Amino acid sequence: MIRARIHVTLKSGILDPQGRAIRQSLETLGFAGVKDIRVGKLLEIELNQDDPAEAEAQLKAMCETLLANTVIEEYRYELESHPSRHSS
Amino acid sequence: MKWGIIVFPGSNCDRDCAHVLADVLDQDVNLIWHGDASLGKLDAVILPGGFSYGDYLRTGAIAQLSPIMHTVQEFARTGGLVLGICNGFQILLEAGLLPGAMLPNVGLSFICEDVHVKVENAETPFTRHYESGQVIRLPIAHAEGNYHTDPVTLAALQANAQIVFRYCRADGTVTEQANPNGSLDNIAGLRNAAGNVLGLMPHPERCAEALLNNEDGQLLFRSMIDATMSGQAEKPATS
Repeated sequence: MIRARIHVTLKSGILDPQGRAIRQSLETLGFAGVKDIRVGKLLEIELNQDDPAEAEAQLKAMCETLLANTVIEEYRYELESHPSRHSS
Repeated sequence: MKWGIIVFPGSNCDRDCAHVLADVLDQDVNLIWHGDASLGKLDAVILPGGFSYGDYLRTGAIAQLSPIMHTVQEFARTGGLVLGICNGFQILLEAGLLPGAMLPNVGLSFICEDVHVKVENAETPFTRHYESGQVIRLPIAHAEGNYHTDPVTLAALQANAQIVFRYCRADGTVTEQANPNGSLDNIAGLRNAAGNVLGLMPHPERCAEALLNNEDGQLLFRSMIDATMSGQAEKPATS
């Protein structure tokens, strides 16, 4: 079994009003100097799969077809035992 | 004219549409469960408003994978009239039947109010009973109506008169202040390049009878009936 984490975030250049509202709230609380916040989704996924290359191919296909909407979002993923691998 | 209204888990405007079509406009209406594979023989399909699948992941993202959507794709590809209202518009975007995607409203609020909308293209099967440039008043009720697409697609939408409705002021001027949700180019509704698929965020079915003091939405359904009965909408291959 392979565990992976998929991060889905809004593409740079796309306004994130939720992130902006959170930044303003932090400012209100006295946390000065927060330049920007982007809110995204984290999906933790377990695959019945032991081959990292095969797992990556599956993750990429999942992101492209459902987990991210590539019109507005980008994604990256990391396998638990291969944290440096990613794609978007 | 035979209409099919797709019912997804979480749809909540399906019966409003059926009421307007059957009781106000004397149409033949089928409610079709999303898990069905067949549409039967139809002239037009409506994807209604609501919160299909609880808006999980993204609005419309799960609904576009429902079994019936494969048949709706085929129906659209062969020229059948497809109307997506609110969540139905979001489903059409996720299904790739219309270009672009929806973002959360810029103000982060769920907005439920009447807005003014300008009919930018009155030469579609959905708008032929309106005048070009006519300002109508329609209700909106959504949290994700902030339309977005890339600059190349936007230019194509503009060049092909695919932007059918835009948010405007009462006098018809299209301004940033009249834009309730931050939608790109004030887009409230758009059609596909072939012209047989329309998605819009406002709810024409909620203002289509005199009892509700607003009949502006009725002309959209009348336009579709007229286009179908006059044979100007293509006959789709239904199954």
